[in-house]
Amino acid sequence: MEKAESSALKEIWGNLVASPRRIYEAAFRSGAPKTDRTRSSFVFGNVFLHLHSVRTHIWSLKWSTTMGLGIISTAAFLITLVTGILLMFYYKPYPDVAYQSMKDIHFVVPTGRFIRNIHRWAANVMVVAVILHMARTFFTASYRKPREFNWLIGWGLLVTTLALSFTGYLLPWDQLAYWAITIGANIAQSPREITDALGITQYFDIGGLQRTILLGSDEVGAEALIRFYLLHVMILPLILVMLMAVHFWRIRKDGGIARPDDADEIVGNEAKSSYPVFTEQPEKTYHLAAIVKGRTPAVGSGPENTLPSMPHLFYAELGVLMLTTLICLALALISDAPLKEIANPLVPENPAKAPWYFLGLQEIVSFSAFTGGIGIPALVWIGLGLIPFLDREKEGTGRWLGGPGGRNLFLWSLLIGFGASVGIEAFAIYFGWLREWFPDIPQLAITVINPGTVLTAIYAAYSIYVVRKYGSTRAGAVALFTCFLCGFIVLTVVGTYFRGPNWEFYWTPSDWPGH
Amino acid sequence: MTTKPGKEASRFDPEPMPRRDFLGLAALGSAAAAVIFSLFGMLRLPKAAVLTSPSKKFSVTLPDTLAEGEAFIPEGRSVAVYKDAEGVFAISTICTHLGCVVSAKPEGFECPCHGSRFAGDGTVTKGPAPKALPWLKVTADGNRLQIDENEEVPGGTKV
Repeated sequence: MEKAESSALKEIWGNLVASPRRIYEAAFRSGAPKTDRTRSSFVFGNVFLHLHSVRTHIWSLKWSTTMGLGIISTAAFLITLVTGILLMFYYKPYPDVAYQSMKDIHFVVPTGRFIRNIHRWAANVMVVAVILHMARTFFTASYRKPREFNWLIGWGLLVTTLALSFTGYLLPWDQLAYWAITIGANIAQSPREITDALGITQYFDIGGLQRTILLGSDEVGAEALIRFYLLHVMILPLILVMLMAVHFWRIRKDGGIARPDDADEIVGNEAKSSYPVFTEQPEKTYHLAAIVKGRTPAVGSGPENTLPSMPHLFYAELGVLMLTTLICLALALISDAPLKEIANPLVPENPAKAPWYFLGLQEIVSFSAFTGGIGIPALVWIGLGLIPFLDREKEGTGRWLGGPGGRNLFLWSLLIGFGASVGIEAFAIYFGWLREWFPDIPQLAITVINPGTVLTAIYAAYSIYVVRKYGSTRAGAVALFTCFLCGFIVLTVVGTYFRGPNWEFYWTPSDWPGH
Repeated sequence: MTTKPGKEASRFDPEPMPRRDFLGLAALGSAAAAVIFSLFGMLRLPKAAVLTSPSKKFSVTLPDTLAEGEAFIPEGRSVAVYKDAEGVFAISTICTHLGCVVSAKPEGFECPCHGSRFAGDGTVTKGPAPKALPWLKVTADGNRLQIDENEEVPGGTKV
């Protein structure tokens, strides 16, 4: 009896001594990913890593296939997530107090200014990366069957990203923030331009309703600030994370990154020269293979020109993550996030500019609030969503500028996209627009005919011409997408660099009149 | 279960709608209905019943030195008050385009945000503003004027 007791105690002691090693083994069940088998279980035995399949096609691993833009977007989001949570330690969402807490973060909180700068730069990097990621997906025709649904998820992610950026813009409660949100809220109200023209505003005031729900009041104040805060730190991030989860999952379910049908011939035997592929011979060969000619299928190169995701894919992704972090840190060290004077509802900032990615829209808004703020963005957004359902062609999937027209069409579209937008801007800046020529013209005429709609019409006409010329929807889509991208760039640059006080045109800010 | 006349129901006959399907559909339907109704309830909350904005009515006394055509801006208000031979009138200085505050200049009003210009009586002369600056209701009580920023009057109404 005594003996048994002492041996049981011994066993407990032994287990206790062994427990650190056993905890380690329980956490890292498959051991170091050194062989093909442990590399596989490393990926599929981990809830986070198994978003990727165990093996990845070489085509997907090529730098030129994706340029890492999706990972850059994700990395930038992770950085904003971490820095955003840190900023929440000190930020207080109440008018004036909010501004003081921003001052605290900037001047008093240890590392506060640096963290805020990183947050702001990562947010900008995210917007740029998301737009470029969309362009990559479009120009490689990767939205096609079976990836239409994932294109739609990405479509939602683009809007959520922009909304996240915009809601973050109000939080500092400085002049920049206050007037950008005043303008934004009035854009939400701009359907009144149409309902007023039709004389139905008192019965059906969708614009006023949108503005009231957004602001929780009829002016930008405490209610608006807490709403934007809630959207920025809770509602929109939740939506974004859920959409991201679906987005990543669908990439895997849709068979990885889109690649051309002849991708295997193009990459040839690259898998053989990649290291590591198989660091040891397979432990088993298939007996069935012994009766057919040649080697067993598993020897030498992996099936279907694939490489193990660990390390080939994961290390590449880690590299992109590090690079994105480095870029954000460097920008945060070089340039401080702006903080102007405290918000003053009586004196607008002059010029009052929205975040840079909305300045293209603000350029059109400066002709008609509804057209620039709601009409054209909605049209572009619906058009983007429909792309994979209008283009049901097969040619060129997975290839840059694939499909009819190819690079020539792209270059022509660039020319027309830039030419038309620069031309119409120059015309409107030099000669003015309908209101200056005919002061009594009804507003509806300007809502319908303004530089924004004229530009859209030119782009649409060109793209219809391209569809007929090449007999292909894809060609028309390339033309239209390229043109709108050019228009977006030109209008954004004009709004950012060439608009001064009173939204007048100036060649440089040094020409601005003094105050 | 329907049975044809002259034929006895058998337990092997398929049910018109299997019980499991019915129960499943009922569960699904009630869950969907619950989600939709609760969504309506949740959407009702953010639309405030009482708006927290400060009072839009205020009183002001014009200085005696106010010249004709010169704007008087009451402190903390976005309103320009004028006095001429025919009487007193007030014009809102909130731009009808996107809500920036216009500045009153001798030749009219200028919006800093998107360059709208208005004549002295508030009508649009340039830029994206869709309609004229509204004239506001002014009630004279001796020397004191009461102005209501929420109540518009037709242009040209002077007190």
